[in-house]
Amino acid sequence: MGNVLAFCEFQGDSLRTSALANLAFARQAAQAHGGDVIALLVGPGAQAASANAAKFAPKVVVVEDGKLDHYLAETYAPVLAKLAKENNASVVTATATAVGKDVMPRVAALLDAGMASDIAGIASPGDGKNTFVRPILAGNAYSTVQISTPIIAVTVRQSEFEPAGELGGSGAVSSGSAGDVNALGAAFDHIDAQKSDRPDLGDAKVVVSGGRGMKTGENFKVLEELADLLGAAMGASRAATDAGMVPADWQVGQTGKIVAPNLYFAVAISGAIQHLAGMKGSKTIVAINKNKDEPIFQVADYGVVAEWEKAIPELISEIKKLKASR
Amino acid sequence: MKNVVIGGFEGVEGVKIFTREWQPRLTDDKTWIREQDASFEMNEPDAYALEEALRLREKHGGEVVVCSAGPARVQQVIREALARGADRALHVEDQALGAADAAAAAAALTGAMTEERFDLVLTGLQSDDQGHAQFGPVLAEKLSIPHSTIIMEVNVDPSTGSGQGGSSMRVKRELEGGWFQWVALPMPALLTIQSGINQLRYATLKGIMAAKKKPLETKKLADYGASPPPAIKELSVTLPPPRPPGQIVADIPTLVKKLAEEAKVL
Repeated sequence: MGNVLAFCEFQGDSLRTSALANLAFARQAAQAHGGDVIALLVGPGAQAASANAAKFAPKVVVVEDGKLDHYLAETYAPVLAKLAKENNASVVTATATAVGKDVMPRVAALLDAGMASDIAGIASPGDGKNTFVRPILAGNAYSTVQISTPIIAVTVRQSEFEPAGELGGSGAVSSGSAGDVNALGAAFDHIDAQKSDRPDLGDAKVVVSGGRGMKTGENFKVLEELADLLGAAMGASRAATDAGMVPADWQVGQTGKIVAPNLYFAVAISGAIQHLAGMKGSKTIVAINKNKDEPIFQVADYGVVAEWEKAIPELISEIKKLKASR
Repeated sequence: MKNVVIGGFEGVEGVKIFTREWQPRLTDDKTWIREQDASFEMNEPDAYALEEALRLREKHGGEVVVCSAGPARVQQVIREALARGADRALHVEDQALGAADAAAAAAALTGAMTEERFDLVLTGLQSDDQGHAQFGPVLAEKLSIPHSTIIMEVNVDPSTGSGQGGSSMRVKRELEGGWFQWVALPMPALLTIQSGINQLRYATLKGIMAAKKKPLETKKLADYGASPPPAIKELSVTLPPPRPPGQIVADIPTLVKKLAEEAKVL
């Protein structure tokens, strides 16, 4: 028996959407472990976001400390490990975000915990409570793994868990102390933004991606026009980002973002395994490519064999017509 | 800088998928893919880490040492790294390391790397095969040095800092939603490198010849005490069901009609 400590990221006075995937997993894990879900909020503003967190978790612990003003793995990992011990946690969990992926291996090392990264689900109950399913080989296979340590660490893949709903009550909020905080010389410097009015690639309902066949960055403008018409995020294949056509953080794929929008447009993308790993969870996939033999057509729900130069302007005009008719 | 190292190889060894049509086949007991169908090559994210190490050496001097913990077969990948330009290599060898998890692989390298006193340890963000993305931060914790992950730019300032190499650096890490965090780090520190941070170089014939003469030091795992047993056990591997076949539509107006009326996504 043990509790589940769920490290939750927040923004302003509420939890981030990504944290709700973590709590969805935490509820399942708490049932298997016979304990409670404890949401852990760390950093400035944790107190302010705790009321929102208490709608989703029966217990909330907040840790605010002047030395935790900016996220650093060196300072946050010992806090997570300390709170895990104090709260009798047998599972410590986070969403596999830039922060979750950064901090959790260090937490696992501090707790001598075995860790399952980026899990897609809990294996069938008969396999034991610490048995998880996770994607391997660039999403070409799923591995069922069992962790054997008394305390385990987990990061969950956001797109594989429906966000946790409200519990219909309010959980108990308490404060925890950070203990000794030592950044080992690391320091937050600043945050840079690539300003964009488009939605975040990871959360977008619609994604428009271009590949090597777009030839130049300039040619992506027509895709951006399509994206803005649909309120979509822009994506790209590895071939396009490596060639410097578009920013590296547009990359969708095993080494880039994993996305699962309602609608995904793959334009002039051949469909390398690397790319498919990042988008094949999309609900509806549209492929537009001039070569009918490209592997992208094997995963597409709808394929159009056409040159993008002609197809995209026509697509934009047809969607405008459709919108005007409504 | 005293040393630059490309450490570890995140997955110890990468199972490289080299054609896009490649479909994995499973072993008879369905616990792993058939290794005779795959080839053992340099893990791609590690290749970017190696390239970054070579570029830092070209700018700031020092030495690039390749470290890997794994069975004898990883020497093929180590030689490849030497051929691309690394100066020397350190291999902690044990057959059992083929099944090591991040904690076991980090433990295997901690002893050897403590002796070397590196300024900078670079690893790939994750391995192509298992994709745990744990090895780097776990090794940093074991070495009691700071780390930063998903790195897209490394700026070393040789004139400042109190690290043993007298340098410090600022690194850019990728967050979500088009945001980036810059972190200042002393040396020694560990970075996990995002693929695409640089343009890879490949081994030249001259490099391959030179690599044969470069020092490759092999140590036995037992020299550094026992490695912890793996905490993570692979029970089975399954292949996802193929997506139901899609349809090729004749033209754009048909596509828009189907997206609106059939898929109901417009």
